[in-house]
Amino acid sequence: MPRRIARQLVLFCLLSVCCLIFAPAARAIEIQQVTGDSGVTAWLVEDHSNPLIAVALGFMGGSADDPAGKEGLAELTSGLLDEGAGEFDSASFQKQLNDNGIDYGFDASRDSFTGQMNMLTEQRDLAFGLLHRSLTTPHFDAEPVERIRRQLLAMIDDRLSDPDVIGARAVSQTLFGGHPYGRPGIGTAESMQAITADDLHRFVARHFTRDRLHLVAVGDITAAQLQPLLDSTFGDLPASSDLPAVPEARLDQPGGVMVVDRGIPQSIINFAQPGIKRDDPDFFAAYVANYILGGGGFSSRLMHEVREKRGLAYGISTSLVTFDHAGLIWGQVQTVNERVAKTIEIIRAEWAKMRDRGPTAAEVDTAKTYLLGSYPRLFTSGGGTAGALLGIQLEGLGIDYIDRRQAEIAKVTPASVARVAKRLLQPDRLVFAVVGQPVGVTATLSTPASVAGDQVPAQQGASGPEPKPTHIQQ
Amino acid sequence: MKAYSKNGRSGLLRMPAILIAGIMLLGAVLAPRASWAQIFDAETFTLKNGLQVVVVPNHRAPVVFQMIAYRVGAADGPPGKNGIAHFLEHLMFKATDKLKAGQFTQEIDHRGGGDNAFTNQDMTAYHQEIAKEHLPLVMSMEANRMTKLRLTDAVVMPERDVIIEERRERIDNEPGAQLTEMMNAALFLNHPYRLPVIGWRHEMEHYSTADAVAFYHRYYAPNNAVLVIGGDVTVPEVKRLAEKYFGPIPRHDLPPRQRLQEPQQRAPRQVELTSDLVRQPYVVKTYLAPSYRLSLDNRPAQDDDAYALLLLSEILGDGTGSRLYRRLVITDKSATSADCSYDPGAYDLGTFSFYGSPVPGGDLSKVEAAINDEITLVLKDGVTEEEIALAKKRLRIATVKARDSLSGPVGMIAAALANGRSLADVQAWPERIDAVTAIDIQRAARRVFDDRQSVTGRLLVANPVAAAKLAPQAAPPLPQSPETGAMPSGTVN
Repeated sequence: MPRRIARQLVLFCLLSVCCLIFAPAARAIEIQQVTGDSGVTAWLVEDHSNPLIAVALGFMGGSADDPAGKEGLAELTSGLLDEGAGEFDSASFQKQLNDNGIDYGFDASRDSFTGQMNMLTEQRDLAFGLLHRSLTTPHFDAEPVERIRRQLLAMIDDRLSDPDVIGARAVSQTLFGGHPYGRPGIGTAESMQAITADDLHRFVARHFTRDRLHLVAVGDITAAQLQPLLDSTFGDLPASSDLPAVPEARLDQPGGVMVVDRGIPQSIINFAQPGIKRDDPDFFAAYVANYILGGGGFSSRLMHEVREKRGLAYGISTSLVTFDHAGLIWGQVQTVNERVAKTIEIIRAEWAKMRDRGPTAAEVDTAKTYLLGSYPRLFTSGGGTAGALLGIQLEGLGIDYIDRRQAEIAKVTPASVARVAKRLLQPDRLVFAVVGQPVGVTATLSTPASVAGDQVPAQQGASGPEPKPTHIQQ
Repeated sequence: MKAYSKNGRSGLLRMPAILIAGIMLLGAVLAPRASWAQIFDAETFTLKNGLQVVVVPNHRAPVVFQMIAYRVGAADGPPGKNGIAHFLEHLMFKATDKLKAGQFTQEIDHRGGGDNAFTNQDMTAYHQEIAKEHLPLVMSMEANRMTKLRLTDAVVMPERDVIIEERRERIDNEPGAQLTEMMNAALFLNHPYRLPVIGWRHEMEHYSTADAVAFYHRYYAPNNAVLVIGGDVTVPEVKRLAEKYFGPIPRHDLPPRQRLQEPQQRAPRQVELTSDLVRQPYVVKTYLAPSYRLSLDNRPAQDDDAYALLLLSEILGDGTGSRLYRRLVITDKSATSADCSYDPGAYDLGTFSFYGSPVPGGDLSKVEAAINDEITLVLKDGVTEEEIALAKKRLRIATVKARDSLSGPVGMIAAALANGRSLADVQAWPERIDAVTAIDIQRAARRVFDDRQSVTGRLLVANPVAAAKLAPQAAPPLPQSPETGAMPSGTVN
């Protein structure tokens, strides 16, 4: 079981946006569309070089749909679908997975609920059979529910002391206010305790419907083999449900700086401002602008100014965070307390410079060649390919997207990037959260009560999540 | 069950956006139990100057993954300067006679590729992933910086600030990492594995350009490296390129690779770290263990103990069916997570670690007692034939699945060959696992689970009462991707 460090995960969540927004394939993969008698459709990429099959599935709708007071419902559900279903109790379901080496897991994000299975070809029918049981007859027995709840409560508690989470939460709660994206994806101790087995069953009934389903299979399986599995696995899911839509987020808060006092030598700085959604026609121009500003690693202006020129930090990065109902430009950097003020000054100055003067032609060219050249790297493994194609489906980009993408990137020009930079970048709207003991930094925004920490009486604790990008693979 | 366990032991670290995906991937596949070369169809040849080259064909996408691993790490550094290996790794991205500072990475970025590097106690590795047509470029640049680095104070001094910030970020801000640092210093009495890979800060502040240059000239040579190329390539193609770019570099004499050895250890050690940044305590118990190469008495490995211990680790600590999870998390309900890990890949000795974190408000000593109880049970009764058969089956399946990755097999093979194993050893891995018996496992367990050669570390909450009163708060869910995994402990980028 991989061990993870929360802070790095948070960052990974944020960064995965730019990591995954890669560019045109040098050699297009062949995607077949397979439809079962029940109407359930999957994208299939056949690859018989190894006896392996990767399946990725996603239902539209995730933790943003959690009922008020039951935050964490989607997350708890995702931990329980392999803990007893059909004729198998928790132990026997797990034994089937473990003994047969089937990778099997679910994940709740703000806007979707996804799953992935990887298996040997010979375990294909077994794995699809288990998936059918998980989706249609999960038990939610008391023992596993309490066990996974305890694990999540421990994690919720642990995050209270994580400076990275505290900072990210302060920023997102300030920006999103009362919108569902401003609530905790994993829930609070209180809301996690409030979730019942009935809630879990209701989540399944309202989310696992055929109209919300997206599906990809990659590897050692043919269309003829996949087709009947679509019907047997997903055919008896309800056609649709009455789940209400999440409203659009209004991001009209002013910018400024919050300081959360923590006794650490290095401050962690999260910063964000309103961004752009994936379906915006200017998306790729915005992507290029962000790449040049802070998304492009050692090619970015911020990395050059902050790390290479001044040694202020180990790294700095920004990314476009695209939810279904909101977009953000989000960045993060860590620097010793004495250098926080200087680092913030540089970020604001680079923000303004890009807004006012735009990019150079060479910078745009570099970003475009990166976008084009990096795309094939998404497709070097079966699991990676399945995940990338599911992302395209969840973003509503269509089966021809891989071919179309190249032309869309080609349309980006220095002028269009400059125009979008002017439209998007607002240094005055940047919300910074500094967690640490920064020197010479004056807080101009008040920290949301629920993330301020020790000063807060128990009853006032609300919530504060950080945004987590949906599966975006451009 | 999702992987909800979490602790600060592993070393997955923050890095620029572009690089993190590749590293995550690599981290996931450098896990100890991964070495199955014969099903990767790997082929090897050695250039006249001593550079060993391995090719791992994978034609799924028109992409290549190149890794060069130097057989030098933090444990080879001079006294007081063990972080030099990592510092030099950073400096390898500066100017050479042909490349400007930073140009190496820019050339790769501009073509849509990704690159990074990492250092651990035993090796320093540099890797790139890029469209296949650019392999000549990345290989020529990698060959160029093997001997043509041009370091000056103007580039070295700001980079020294960067590694000090990196230390703050990874260690000084992270109680779990600090505990690991203290535990390593306690577990190894004499061997340089006791020192942090990144270095102690008071020493890092005095690293000089001359230190880095001397280390570079001493260790960076074709006969001290292994080059592994995976992806959409053929052996003749790689051979031609390797001879063209690396062939002209002369070999040079290397110092013998002999680190200080551990003496007989005579007493269990306890380390506690208390911090007000901690809310979830945990306990880690780490035993000194053999590696693939060495026995606990520093002689060549005997009885294939490493393979027996890998199976034992699988039985005790892997997943929801494991002994530790069933006992502590399901039956006792004393822990939210419990597992173990064993890494035999080190050049010198390895470690076998147990981990447990109590349920909120629970008792850490109960978790520790249950872990010790499970260790005693293995010593007394061993493991069952059924457990062994199922663990072998899981590892067999894992070997097949490992083929799905481009970077994974490359990383595994590079690490094995850099740390004293041969491609034949790597290829024999499945048979050696398959040959392990219940008797082998119990004998290996008895050699390792001797508390006199262990350290127990506890991460403790500074003020449990105040912490308990804090408001319920929100936190984000963990992303669950098959490709997010932790870097091997003790690795820094």
